[in-house]
Amino acid sequence: MGRRLDISSLSLVFSPRPQPAVTPEFSSDAKQKIEALRQRYPSSQPVLLAALHLAQKEHGDLRDDVLRLVAATLDLPYAHVYGVATFYTMYRRTPSGTNTLRVCTNVSCMLRGAYDVLRAFEKQLGLRKGQSNADFTLIEEECIAACANAPAVVCGTRYFLDVTPEQVAGIIAELKAEPHPESEVV
Amino acid sequence: MPADRNTKLVTRNFGNERAREIATYESMGGYEALRKSLGMQPADIIAEVKASNLRGRGGAGFPTGIKWGFIPKGASNVHLVCNADESEPGTCKDRELIYWDPHLLIEGMVMSAFALGAVHNYIYIRGEMMREVVVLERAVAEAYQRGYLGANVLGSGFRCELTVHRGAGAYICGEETALLNSLEGKRGWPRLKPPFPAVKGLFDEPTIVNNVETLMNVPFIIADGAARFAELGIGRSGGTRIVCVSGHVNRPGVYELPMTISFRQLIDEVCGGVWKGRKVKGLIPGGSSMPPLDADELDVPVEFDALMTDERIKPVEVGPGQLFNMGGGKQLRTMAGSGGIVVFDDQTDVVALCWRVMAFYHHESCGQCTPCREGTGWLEKICKRLVDGQGRPGDVELLAEISVGIAGNTICPLGEAAAWPMLGFLTKFRADFEARVRRVADVPAQAPGAAAAVEGRP
Repeated sequence: MGRRLDISSLSLVFSPRPQPAVTPEFSSDAKQKIEALRQRYPSSQPVLLAALHLAQKEHGDLRDDVLRLVAATLDLPYAHVYGVATFYTMYRRTPSGTNTLRVCTNVSCMLRGAYDVLRAFEKQLGLRKGQSNADFTLIEEECIAACANAPAVVCGTRYFLDVTPEQVAGIIAELKAEPHPESEVV
Repeated sequence: MPADRNTKLVTRNFGNERAREIATYESMGGYEALRKSLGMQPADIIAEVKASNLRGRGGAGFPTGIKWGFIPKGASNVHLVCNADESEPGTCKDRELIYWDPHLLIEGMVMSAFALGAVHNYIYIRGEMMREVVVLERAVAEAYQRGYLGANVLGSGFRCELTVHRGAGAYICGEETALLNSLEGKRGWPRLKPPFPAVKGLFDEPTIVNNVETLMNVPFIIADGAARFAELGIGRSGGTRIVCVSGHVNRPGVYELPMTISFRQLIDEVCGGVWKGRKVKGLIPGGSSMPPLDADELDVPVEFDALMTDERIKPVEVGPGQLFNMGGGKQLRTMAGSGGIVVFDDQTDVVALCWRVMAFYHHESCGQCTPCREGTGWLEKICKRLVDGQGRPGDVELLAEISVGIAGNTICPLGEAAAWPMLGFLTKFRADFEARVRRVADVPAQAPGAAAAVEGRP
């Protein structure tokens, strides 16, 4: 139940990552969305959270060059963009799987067996919490406001409620067949 | 007439899959309260909300009308921000409210914005609520189409803009000044108060931040009158109360109930009793940042003032017989908080439960203030070694000492959110913690006389 130091994800952070030769850009659709949002606020800075969501959708994760793109698009200092991108847990600096499984283990879910559910996901996906493969990123999530149906798991717009360890295989199969990437709502 | 168990205001459309469509919402009388309010004087709307005894449903229970009154007279560029960043462990009402009845929230917001003279308004919704973001954005677009939002709301000359602003994963953004910083595109770092947001808030302009459930009650207050709303409740708390019951009960759920219902009635009569035929060991009364109650304290009603003052609830202690001082010598019992009630049965490992609460606050501390950033980590670690049966003599006292060092010494209440329940768990379940401390008698003697030698050590 303890929070173990996850060495495999550390190595991802510290090993030098090959930088793509092409400078990333926003699609015209994303540019339009950012411009439309820009009209809703008195300056460009409040658009930052939304721009980071869009950047993550289009570029997979928020690598250094993607953060530079966001900074340039909104005319903000890189250091500010970096600070914001690393403050919030939904922004990723490393590639993620198609589905992001958020397994709540907070008190309401814990009391009804959430750690057994998390262990079942870890075992059947061959992932430890925090790790990814092509199809899945497995996250131990804090309370996702579905306490009345604990344990709860959320993947994009799809909620799995009152989950038992026995249901985990079915959930994995369902999401493989019909993915719910978080970027679909951005 | 006081509310009974069938009185439903904000949850009346739960289960109605069509209520989130604007045509259905209108056909059920939706947006009629907005029409009525546009014919009133803004000051009269504020007076109605004050008289209704509506109290903030986000956690603090502060009277909404009085909060609105803090906007300086003659202020321009006022903003209304809805706090939909629900993430207090054990709380699951706002997500459901938005999912089932987004137009009731929008209607309440437009009415409140009109009362406050607020033009540019925002709903800050938690980033992880992806299904609800879709529902809310569609509802806002519909409201713009039908003229309930926009440059000239229903031809009244009132301009009301509403933007859904999505968070990105940070519990601290539920704290109103952290939320405002996050809305401004910054890290969610709470601000020092004063100045309070009503004076200097979003974009340094006067701002009111209200919870989802709070704003959704406004249409009922204006439609039926403040007196009717006030008498649904009791004392200084008007209306009904949503409670989210989770944990070891047979029927967990989100229930809208009279404020007068007691925890015991709630568990036995509404939630079908404790699961597996067991007994209650205790419960968290209002989200995990509130001190827990034990099995002898369940006859208190779920109402705001009762939980703070009812003498049937034992005050929180620093050590046996030594009361915790909340400031000014005030005692802390507990608070109604967000309405997230987590029931745990008599076979629960309370120390492990407390560890999970502390692990959460450590994870979510924003890092600005040292007492919270470091202290929550220490609480988590010490609780963990107690869970593992590796507690050291003095650990229980150390937990209390650290908690007292955090409380009152941080910019925002996240410090108290960890310190209060820690002290509360120690007050109500001290024996459970003491039992996890390794004692000399537990250490196997290596040779005859070894244990005695250890025991004799200073």
